[in-house]
Amino acid sequence: MRDRPLSREARRAREFESFVAGAAGRLLHAATLLTAEAPDANPRARRLLTLALAHTYARWDRLRGEDPYDCARQHLATRFARTTWHRYGVFGRARPDPGSPLAALTPRERLILVLRLYEGVAEEQAAALLGLPAERVHALCDRATATVLHPARQPAPRAVGAKAAAS
Amino acid sequence: MKRSEREAAVRRIMERAVPPVPPDLWGEAVRRGERLLRHRRVVLRVLWLLACAAAVAFAVWAAGAHPWVEPPSQTTPPVSGW
Repeated sequence: MRDRPLSREARRAREFESFVAGAAGRLLHAATLLTAEAPDANPRARRLLTLALAHTYARWDRLRGEDPYDCARQHLATRFARTTWHRYGVFGRARPDPGSPLAALTPRERLILVLRLYEGVAEEQAAALLGLPAERVHALCDRATATVLHPARQPAPRAVGAKAAAS
Repeated sequence: MKRSEREAAVRRIMERAVPPVPPDLWGEAVRRGERLLRHRRVVLRVLWLLACAAAVAFAVWAAGAHPWVEPPSQTTPPVSGW
């Protein structure tokens, strides 16, 4: 009676370890892009990722063929969307690190850009995840792309100066 | 510039700086995941316990009060002496 759950836990821990070894780098990169922190100083992104991975670990036995990477990514995105308004809402864009490539964007634009372009999630899926119409996601993605490619047109001269100095 | 080219350019920009993965990430995730599972188990156990206690309490009350028996009438006295 005591034997079976122990071996199941050991198996889960082993599977989870190989999953983390494979997926953590990409997920951490996505989380760092979301929070717009510098690549080597990203406590918020690490926290987000740790919680998403912990959630995936707790669901591991009940995934039933679902991709654990999808589960972790979905949890990461929804947690970011849920917690972002009271962290960034009042003080606006003052927080993002200028070293991040997405520092000039709003949190929602960042989320859409990361989901659509970095993670390659389909437009309809991203729309369903965020509770927005697909056309809106399309428009936001276009606008965010333009902002990233041509920051000079946007009212964010400080970010442009930082980028020019960095490169 | 076409849409696909723009998207590819943004993808390249995003993939430039790769953050290093902290070495203790796996252990921390497992620790928090175990805690989540433990909490969930405790909550489930407490809910089951409450449900069982409610069932037992109802059975005891029903055995004493017989709620399925029609209560004696308060308004009409039983007819007798016909």
